[in-house]
Parts: sequence; C-alpha cells; structure tokens
Amino acid sequence: MQRIGVFVCHCGSNIAATVDVKKVVELAAKEPGVVHAEDYQYMCSEAGQAKIQEAIKEKKLTGVVVCSCSPRMHEATFRKAAERAGLNPYMVEIANIREHCSWIHKDMEEATKKAVILARAAIAKVNLNAPLQPGESRVTKRALIIGGGIAGIQTALDIADAGYEVDIVEKTPSIGGRMSQLDKTFPTLDCSACILTPKMVEAAAHEKINIYTYSEVEHVSGFVGDFTVDIRKKARSVNMDKCTGCGVCQEKCPSKKIPNEFNRGLNNRTAIYTPFAQAIPNVPVIDRENCLKFKTGKCGVCSKVCQAGAIEYDQQDEIVTQKYGAIVVATGFDIIKLDKYDEYAYSQSKDVITSLELERIMNAAGPTKGHLERLSDGKAPKELVFIQCVGSRCSDDRGKPYCSKICCMYTAKHAMLIRDKYPDTNVTVFYIDVRTPGKNFDEFYRRAVEQYGVNYIKGQVGKVIPQPDGSLLVQGSDLIDNKQILKKADMVVLATAIEPNPDVRKIATMLTASIDTNNFLTEAHAKLRPVESPTAGIFLSGVCQGPKDIPETVAQAGAAAVKAIGLLAKDKLTTNPCTAKSDELLCNGCSTCANVCPYGAISYEDKQVNDHGIRETRRVAVVNTALCQGCGACTVACPSGAMDLQGFSNRQIIAEVDAICR
Amino acid sequence: MKYSYYPGCTLRNKAKDLDEYARASARALGFELEEIEDWQCCGGVYPLGTDEIATKLSSVRALNQAKEKGQDLVTICSACHHVIKRVNDDMKNVEDIRTRANNYMQLDEPYEGETTVLHYLEVLRDKVGFDKLKEKVVNPLTGKKIGAYYGCLLLRPGKIMAFDDPENPTIMEDFIRALGAEPVVYPYRNECCGGYISLKEKEMSQNMCQKIEDSAKGFGADMLITACPLCKYNLNKNASSELPVYYFTELLAEALGVKEEVAK
Repeated sequence: MQRIGVFVCHCGSNIAATVDVKKVVELAAKEPGVVHAEDYQYMCSEAGQAKIQEAIKEKKLTGVVVCSCSPRMHEATFRKAAERAGLNPYMVEIANIREHCSWIHKDMEEATKKAVILARAAIAKVNLNAPLQPGESRVTKRALIIGGGIAGIQTALDIADAGYEVDIVEKTPSIGGRMSQLDKTFPTLDCSACILTPKMVEAAAHEKINIYTYSEVEHVSGFVGDFTVDIRKKARSVNMDKCTGCGVCQEKCPSKKIPNEFNRGLNNRTAIYTPFAQAIPNVPVIDRENCLKFKTGKCGVCSKVCQAGAIEYDQQDEIVTQKYGAIVVATGFDIIKLDKYDEYAYSQSKDVITSLELERIMNAAGPTKGHLERLSDGKAPKELVFIQCVGSRCSDDRGKPYCSKICCMYTAKHAMLIRDKYPDTNVTVFYIDVRTPGKNFDEFYRRAVEQYGVNYIKGQVGKVIPQPDGSLLVQGSDLIDNKQILKKADMVVLATAIEPNPDVRKIATMLTASIDTNNFLTEAHAKLRPVESPTAGIFLSGVCQGPKDIPETVAQAGAAAVKAIGLLAKDKLTTNPCTAKSDELLCNGCSTCANVCPYGAISYEDKQVNDHGIRETRRVAVVNTALCQGCGACTVACPSGAMDLQGFSNRQIIAEVDAICR
Repeated sequence: MKYSYYPGCTLRNKAKDLDEYARASARALGFELEEIEDWQCCGGVYPLGTDEIATKLSSVRALNQAKEKGQDLVTICSACHHVIKRVNDDMKNVEDIRTRANNYMQLDEPYEGETTVLHYLEVLRDKVGFDKLKEKVVNPLTGKKIGAYYGCLLLRPGKIMAFDDPENPTIMEDFIRALGAEPVVYPYRNECCGGYISLKEKEMSQNMCQKIEDSAKGFGADMLITACPLCKYNLNKNASSELPVYYFTELLAEALGVKEEVAK
C-alpha cells in the first residue's frame, strides 16, 4: 500500500474563490492510501514546496498528489521538489482543479464536488504508480533552418556563430526572402537591400553554414536531438560550381514573357533566371515549365552561349539525407489574394495595386526603375489614396480576423517617401485605427502627418470606382466629420493582409508541430515560451508564428537561435520514461502495434520465452524507447493487451475512471 | 423540364413584356413555366420585422406549392426573387419564424425551406447552360454593346441570395455574350437605383440613376438590360434617358427569334 500525501493549492483566489479547498482536504484524507492532506495558499511557492518536502520526509510518503493548476504549468516544479526530498519524481501526480474546474465553473458546491472527484482519480492512479527511471538520448550537433528570409538567415548566423553546423533550406533560387523585395525599411528609412545583402553574404561565406537553395524539406523523422531529414534539391539545370554568374544566358534566352515573381508579376523574366541582382547564390535556374528546350526539345541557346559550360539539361532532382538536433521553422509570409475584395477594383484597374507592388515600383531595380508611375499609362499620379486593413481585422470569412501589424507603419513610410520625392503629389490614407506601438514608431507616423502633410482620414472605403477617363473615384466615409466622401485618385494602394506561407501546413504536418486556425505555428506557451513549438526540438522564427515587422523578426530569430543552441550544447538528453512496453508473454506478434505507431518505434524479434514452464521461441514486439513518444496508440490497438504505457498503464487509467464513476 | 413559376404582380401590369418574353423564350429553349395557382403579391420588399409573419406568408404559400409539386420555383422580377429567396432562408434557418408561420398555415406537412428558388437567369446559367443557349440563338445580337444592370436586390445579401459575387458579378455579362453581343463592364452595375425612395426623395434617386447611366455610357454601352421593373422605371424616369433600358428577356426573345410571336 502506498503512503500518499495530498496537497491542495488555493492559487490565491484562482481556485479558493470557487472551490472549497478545506472540503477537498477533508474528503481526500479519507481516500485509500492517503496518510496526509493539507492546503496552502500558493503550493508552487518555495514555502509550499517545502511543505511537500517536509511531509515526504516526516510521513514517509511514497506518493504525492498536488491539486493545483494544469500539469503543463507546474508538474515539473512539483516533481523536482519531490525528487529533492528523495522521492521518485514519477510518483507525483497533478489533479488539475484550476483550468479543468475553478476557472470554468461558477457554482461553488458543484465545483467543489468536481475538485474532489479529480483529486480522487489522481489518488487512485498514484496508488498504482511505480518509480520510473528516465533514459538518455544523444544530440546531433547540427541545426536545420527551413526558410532563407531574414528570420532564417539571422537564426542561422547566431547558431553558427556559437560554433554549430547549420543548414538553410530555401525553396526559391535565392535566399533573401520577403525583405529582399522591400525598398526602404521603417522607422529609419534605410534601404532594405543595403542592410540585408551583407547578412546574406555573411551567411553564404560562413564556414559553419551550408545553404540549399531551390530545395525543399521532403521528409522528417526522429525526435528532439536526433531528427533525420530528407531534403529535395530540385534540378537547377545549371552547374553551381561551373557557373560564373555572368548573366549572358539570361540576356539571350528567347522565352522572355514569364511573369516575374520577384516583381509581383509587374514585368517579365526569362526562362533561365536569377530572381534579383544580389541573389545568393548568383547562379540562375531554368524554369522547366516555361523553357523551350524542355517544352519542345528545340532551343538550347543558353547552353550555346555559356562560356563556362555550366548548363546541364539532364540534371535530376537530388535527395540529401541529413541528421539534425534542432529544427527552426522560418517560412515567413505572403499577402492574401484579393479575389474576395472586388469592391476595391484590384482586378478591374491596373492602377489599383498592393503595397508590396508599390515596394517594387518604388525600387530602383523594379519594373519602373523606381519611378512612381501608373501602370496603365505610365503617367505620374497626382492624387494617391492608401486604403488600410484590406483583409485584416475582418469579421467575415473574406479576410483574416487578426491585425497584420506591419501595414500602418509601411503605409506611413510610403506616404512620407512619396511626399518627399514628389511634393506635388497629394497623399490620402483611409484608416480604421493607426497602430504604431514600437520604438520610434509613433514619432515616425506623426512626422508623416505633421511634416509631410499626409492626409489621414478615419473611415473605411466602400468602393473604388474606375472612371471612363482612366482615373479612379474612391467612395468612403469620414467618421470624424460624419460625412460621405467621393475622392478622385490616380492610383490606389491597398494595405493587403499578410498570411503565413501556404507551404507551412505541409511542413507543420511533417514536423508534427501544431498550427492555429490562421495557419500560424503555435508556440509552446503564448507568453513564456514564445519561440518554441510544443513539439520538442522545433523552434519558431519570424512571421510563421505571427505577424511581425523586421526588428521583431530579427529579435525573435535571435531568441530561437538561443533556444536551439541551448539544446545543441547538451551532449545527452533525458528521455521521457513514459514509453510503451510489450509483455512478451502476452504478445502474439501480430504487427498491429507497429502499423499504428507514428514514430516507427516498434520492431519484432524472435525471442526465447518461458511461458509457465514452456520454453519456446516467439516473434514478439520490442519498443525502441528512444523513438517512442508515449502517445499510447499501440496500447489501444493491441488485441491481446500486451502493450502497456509506463506511467499510464491500462490498470492506472481504469482505476482513474473507476474513481471518477464511484 | 418543368418549373413552378411565380410571376408577381408587376409582371401582370407594367411589366407584362418581361413575363411574356420569358415564357416565349422558355418554350424556345425547351423548358416549361407552370404558373402556381392563386399566388399573391410578395409585398415587394423583404420585411425586416422579426416579430410578425403576416408579410411573409404569401412567399411561404408559393414556396409550399412548389414543394408539393416537387418542382423548383422560378422567379424573374428582382424584388419578388429577393423576397421569396430570403423568406425561404428564414423558413430553413430561423426557428422562430418557421414555427410561427407553420402554426398559422396549418399545412398537411410543415414547410421547412425545402424548395429551391431559382431566378430565370440562374435557370439559363445552371440548368440550360449558356453554351446551350448560344447554340439556340438564331438572331445573334452582334455588334451591340450592352451594359448589364444588376441593381442590388439580386446580389445582396450575398450569402443568402448566393446569386453571384456581389462585388464583381458575371452572370449577366455571360448571358450577353451568349446572345452574341458584347458586354460592357462598368463599376456602377451593382449599385442601387434608389428603389422606392423615388417616391419620397426623387432627387436622391435621380442622382443615383444618373451616376449609373453616365458610368455605363462612359464605358461605351449602347443600352442597358435589367431584370427589375422598378430599376427600369427609375432608370427611365430619373436619368437623362439617353440609354435605352430593356428587360433581359426581351433581348433573349429577340435572339431566339420568338419576339414577333409575343408581339402578335
């Protein structure tokens, strides 16, 4: 028989205001095995932990039940406290009477009843607990970064500077990401390329960093400290070692009418291309879907003009398999499609553009060589209207419920730059709210209003109306003057909502990392573990976790790097002892468990068994405890009841259910 | 194919031709419009009051008749379509209205929104098919530049009417193309003509209708088509009337070569 101590926490008023803690103590004390029960205001405090330790020693406790908050919050705290008092930490169980009880109920009598039942279940389980010993697993001292934008580059540099090997996998032909498309950056207006390119070069030159561009992660297996990843290096059709980056192939390529993704389709590129001038690596790829050689078999011009002989039409995709200790997701974002926002006439007028398109128009390497002009007729706009929150903060299913966070600032930036460069162009901004928290951000926005004379109107736009003469009418409301406005414009810019990169779902599935309803990756704790995924060994960097500007992205990238370094610095990891175990005498070797195991942790061995004196060789299931994650799928699937999960055995679960139903 | 048909009062009076061209065209296209018995006026405006059902009962009767025949219910007038479609949505989804309407009606079997309501244009698009319509055209309206005027009743509220994208509809443009003419897309095609406000504040409706006409003309339309008698009235009376406005069924009958038949 166990000697169990029950400790009921008030959590200030969090629990005590709804649950009669004294009553829980009184009734728990009568449960079988319980030799000690007490309550305290804050069980997690040092004094609270001391009470548990004291009781373990004085009452010679063999098991502990703490009735408190979620085990996700303080299970580790209480297990460590018990261990310091000489108790096996796996003899401690939590009855969650806060999240599962006091926070969600109002009626004290009912809540108290439920708290007693939850305590009873935990006590019943501890009665059957057995001490468990964690094992150890090794750590591969190498990190994988998925995504080569500023988030991925910064995380890679920080991890590499700490002395660990890093691989960056980037889907497009060059690293640089979204930031490489931007012209200037707020709030200091320095040129995006000028601050990004040195980082790209540094990453490429770093002896510890290896960059796979035009590549994708194809398969991930393993677990924290020991992931195995297949990376598909797509056939570039150009030999990376031979190519000198001279660019002659791109000049001569006859397929010149392919929408240029880097310029958001505002101009065209060739079939063999590097996305932009500062691309790293400066080696083009052949877009096989649009290349004449691949489509018709005729052409081959690039191969003829290439002095270095670098063109290789017969290149094949290549799979690289590599082991990693940590994986950082830095897959970034795109802007939403505007097909559900036809009231803004984006599909009807060339002069209605997105802010990202304006970035390209303002950029010297962009489709208009940096001149602000209308895409319909090349004329300089005299009246410019910005519309904020297009698809952001949207209450119906057309857009996104969240604030995209970056738009207020980049619109202030665009407005200011345009007023500065083209003083005779009037700029009007329609907004719902101007949100500028951030260092020097509000000062920046006020400069746009006060020094640059940007006209901010609080109110939403209902419709953008193309006029027969090619101009636009913007119909909106001014909420402060309480009037309807019909404003003539030459160009309209839509601050379009951002959303996570569409590939993130696929990647999250491979990593078993969770994502939220908006496809942002979920952090392990919204406040206290913001750069870690709930899946151990997976870290989050940049907009894949939520909307962010560049300063925030870089800060988070550094934080993700530190967390990854903390992992890589360890030689061994303690493994969770709550793994599956097969009873050889009951197992009939049917393979059901192996088929349901998501981690490939179960194999079969022919083993000598002694079944009540009968010695024979049987095919039985064996669990690799390093791979087993303790999910319990096999225990449910096993037809003969041979599989059991240590710490969560069938007997323990049934005892809990019995205690609840008693 | 046989449909239950709800013409509505305007199609018996001011908009007789809207009805007659529709029937003649239906015959030419091989589907039948079976007028339901003893139909009553839909009220002309969808009643927003949630505490009374009397104004919804005429729609429920029409819907239930179609249900009993096992047919879809076809409408033409935008206002009738709007009212009947929205009442049908209420009967399907708003428990309070459904219960009270059925308590009053005492039908053999309660009506719970089972009938599918189709606008005549939806029949052309989804049942006949614009490709098929194109094949049946004998007098293609080649060279005509036609602006489709949707108005608001067919399109909104978008989720309930589920007629087309309320901000960028295409059904009428596809219809115009099927008749061999050239559709003119102009931004005011889904704006309101003012509707009944014309009676109370004529100037407001004039302002709205003039914008519609100017926009259509500016983008090169020679004429407008509509499915709504009230829109047609307002565009004729409250704009400078430089653009002729036709019911879509008249052009349909013309293209199918059955216009003369109606005139007789």
